[in-house]
Amino acid sequence: MNVEITGARIFLRLPFGILITETQVNMWIIMLVIALLCKWLTHNLKIKPAGKRQVVAEYLVTMANNFVVTNMGKSFKSFAPFIGALFTLSLLCSLSGLFGLYPPTADLNTTLGFATVTFVLIMYYKLKTNGLKGYLKGLAEPIPVLAPFNIIGEFSTPISMAIRMFGNISTGVVISTLVYAALAWLSSVVLQWLPGALASIPILQLGLPAILSIYFDLFSSVLQSFIFCMLTVLYIAQEAKSE
Amino acid sequence: MEKAIIMAACALGAGISMFGGIGPGIGEGYAVGKACEAIGRQPETKGDVTTTMLMGCAVAETTGLYSLIIAMLLIFVAPGLFIGKL
Repeated sequence: MNVEITGARIFLRLPFGILITETQVNMWIIMLVIALLCKWLTHNLKIKPAGKRQVVAEYLVTMANNFVVTNMGKSFKSFAPFIGALFTLSLLCSLSGLFGLYPPTADLNTTLGFATVTFVLIMYYKLKTNGLKGYLKGLAEPIPVLAPFNIIGEFSTPISMAIRMFGNISTGVVISTLVYAALAWLSSVVLQWLPGALASIPILQLGLPAILSIYFDLFSSVLQSFIFCMLTVLYIAQEAKSE
Repeated sequence: MEKAIIMAACALGAGISMFGGIGPGIGEGYAVGKACEAIGRQPETKGDVTTTMLMGCAVAETTGLYSLIIAMLLIFVAPGLFIGKL
């Protein structure tokens, strides 16, 4: 039996080493879906909600606002669109595995991109509250010998956030590929007494992969997106408040 | 011959590095047990406790995921890297 576990496939090689991979193409599809969804949810709004569509849109916006206000405080309400966008994008990226697409978040580049945005925001708020001098002084605490460890600690935040999401989603991809291959092999062994093409139908692939998919695709995706947003919110709020 | 040794070493290394999964397993089990105790004592705080527990579990998972990354690098990247140099 052959098991093929690959990363994102490369579709096109542009000059200067720019690659158009499956990740990017799937990301474009998801961006298009989100844009169309937003357009559909928000067109033709009325002061008194007419249909279910506007109620859903208002509920989503209220949820994002509440999430940010309860975790960061009232002064950060302007963060709600960013957090909402981050959550929607990462959730739909992970859930695209359900439709047979290669989830873009199973590529370390995507999650590192998300984490870099968070890292820049954290650094901005750190420098804003402490000032450059205070920030550099903070690196040499409690004793100057520990400065290298503090610097590593600064960079470990985005790396651990990126690896957490990438690890969870890509594990799902790898394990479901392995389970599919193993079940195909098992059913070909069990059914080999059947004549002709009937034996090559992988009938055992029914059932078990669906249960695994509920955990790896649904539960893991929602949880990881939620945790990514929660950590972003908590880190930023912590840096902005620590005077 | 050298190829076989390199492949075997990569596979063994990947397996050994996944021992790192033991730590998060124990830690998360402990956290979930404590959360169950807390919910048993105060059932009305179920929502908050569950959210905090899932957060803590996901953060505690990080060390296990680091070892997973090492294992994946050893399986998918390292053999090509080392065999190419022979």
